[in-house]
Amino acid sequence: MSKRGLGLFVSAIMLTMLALTGCGGGAKAPEESKAVESSAEQKSEEAKTEESKQAKEKIVVGYAQVGAESDWRTANTESFKSTFVPENGYELIFNDAQQKQENQIKAIRDFIQQEVDYIVLAPVVETGWDTVLQEAKDAGIPVILSDRMIKTSDDSLYTALVCGDFIKEGETAGHWLEDYIKLKGKNHDEKINIVTLQGTIGASAQVGRTDGFANILAKNSNWNMLAKQTGEFTQSKGQEVMESFLKQFDDIDVVVAENDNMAFGAIDAIKAAGKTCGPEGEITVISYDAVKAAFDAMIAGDLNASIECSPLHGPRVAEIIQKLEKGETVEKIQYVDESYFDTSMDLEKIKSERAY
Amino acid sequence: MKAKINNIMSTELFLPIVSLILVLIINIIKTPNFFNITIQNGVFYGYIIDVINRASELVILAVGMTLVVASSGGTDISVGAVCALSGAVACFILSGGEVSTSVYHSPYIVAFVSAIIVGLVCGSFNGFLVAKMNIQPMVATLILFTAGRGMAQLVTNGQITYIRVESFKMLGNSVKGIPLPTPVFIAIAVVILTFIILKRTALGLYIETVGINNKAAKLVGLNPVLIRFIAYAFCGLLAGLAGMIVSSRVYSADANNAGLNIELDAILAVALGGNSLGGGKFSLLGSVIGAYTIQALTTTLYAMSVSADQLPVYKAIVVVIIVSLQSKGFQRIIKEFKLKRKVEKVYEK
Repeated sequence: MSKRGLGLFVSAIMLTMLALTGCGGGAKAPEESKAVESSAEQKSEEAKTEESKQAKEKIVVGYAQVGAESDWRTANTESFKSTFVPENGYELIFNDAQQKQENQIKAIRDFIQQEVDYIVLAPVVETGWDTVLQEAKDAGIPVILSDRMIKTSDDSLYTALVCGDFIKEGETAGHWLEDYIKLKGKNHDEKINIVTLQGTIGASAQVGRTDGFANILAKNSNWNMLAKQTGEFTQSKGQEVMESFLKQFDDIDVVVAENDNMAFGAIDAIKAAGKTCGPEGEITVISYDAVKAAFDAMIAGDLNASIECSPLHGPRVAEIIQKLEKGETVEKIQYVDESYFDTSMDLEKIKSERAY
Repeated sequence: MKAKINNIMSTELFLPIVSLILVLIINIIKTPNFFNITIQNGVFYGYIIDVINRASELVILAVGMTLVVASSGGTDISVGAVCALSGAVACFILSGGEVSTSVYHSPYIVAFVSAIIVGLVCGSFNGFLVAKMNIQPMVATLILFTAGRGMAQLVTNGQITYIRVESFKMLGNSVKGIPLPTPVFIAIAVVILTFIILKRTALGLYIETVGINNKAAKLVGLNPVLIRFIAYAFCGLLAGLAGMIVSSRVYSADANNAGLNIELDAILAVALGGNSLGGGKFSLLGSVIGAYTIQALTTTLYAMSVSADQLPVYKAIVVVIIVSLQSKGFQRIIKEFKLKRKVEKVYEK
């Protein structure tokens, strides 16, 4: 076969593969639409705007989503799909980037060509957005970031950022631990030995949660952070690191895992080491995100608490868009409301009511 | 006596073993309890057990990678993605498409065989492109490197699929009554089986021949296309097996993270084993020792409480030292140094 023919053959295969994965992404739209409960206040607000909007054209919103890697992401997508419906005066163009930045850049360019009114972007990575966001700016389309921040020298490239407040999540975890220790009736001077399984170093969730927890740690002189190590947000790495912690330190009282998956790995490691965890056990385990599997772990009595990282960004983004439509200015960074869950709550009920 | 020492030092496995021992010696000084082994829940428990347990997937992949490197002088960078894909297929079959299940929806053996077949098919695809179509190995395997995880996502519908059944965890954890984790046995079995196949048949020799000189191999009547194809297919099959272990460890299929970057570690294991990445002569045991060295290094750094942001730096430093110790350039310097001393001695006399 000639060299050229060969090249053609390879590119043909690659194209087919890309097309295959691409199609899959499009077809991945969840059929069962999980009804996301939007708050009553927001419903009335949307009802109002609906009346005024009916005469006008629909607001077209393009959403460049990261992918569908987790329940959290799916719930996030669902939150947008259920908020930006024609009944509320919106038209949503949804794009699933399959975890690839180049797909997101292409999606944004498509949005610009289609002359959407607003672009919502949940960036896969932090850097490399300047060019394409400048194009959006030149086209006069406001860009709202969802979930993650970008690194750029020019703040005017995006209008607002809607995200979870990771520092506050870290502080919530710290406060929860303070209360829990009090509840257990432990002496104030008693030493509490803590280990932390960090996320991927440098990720905004890792930085915020580590810093937030450190703020509370500093206030409690009897808390002792034995070690921090990255588990890269994965269950297997979390398990591996916890295995090592358990051999290094005999007396671990608390494990803080910066996401649920690492906590699952840590729980397996604790059990393998012949120790117990959870509300009835020797080691207290705290995690973040509160995905469905975390509820299962709490119900099983392995996990003490999980700090919520709410994926329901849709309503908050809609709020911003409404303000922009009226010509008002909006705050650059807006946080979604988040709480925590622990084993003292009626978890079965909460789990069945939650969208994710 | 001196001749004996020289003899040992000149064997091809000498330097890889020294590297492994070097890494372990750091522990004797820094964390003496590294070598403690106790029994916990009827299973051996200790850092050393962690090392041989956690290195299992890497050992399996390194075996396949060695043959690929030796036969074609290129690397298969798709093994990590193939791990994810085979794990995803197995979990999909067992879960019947649900996100989390506590009962098998199909027999375990069906899922296991499917995972292996998925690996084999992926490997054959790579083998076809490299051996038959003569595409550069890195380019050919780049296809599955990129598309593999995408396909795995399609299979799992983008979600992490959990299989919460005790028997599913056996492959990646330990079986009751057996004091060592299961992956250790699988890795050893793979190494021994491959070793026997290579030594009992002429396949090992054929692979080296093809790797050293393709044309000459053809002239003596070998079929280089078939031999290379077999190497890639076998590598894929082992990647499928490793994928099953990876999923079993975390009783789930995680298309994004299963076997992430493990292809790079597998290639590094081959290099640390003293094998030339240019193909040709190879040492299977060298690669296996290389794989254990990498895991020993990771576990050592954890045990020494190296902070997370500095972890990659320390790893890089050690790898640089080991690789340069084994490099031809360094060995030549030592040789010249020895010669110089000899000459000086003669001169003094």
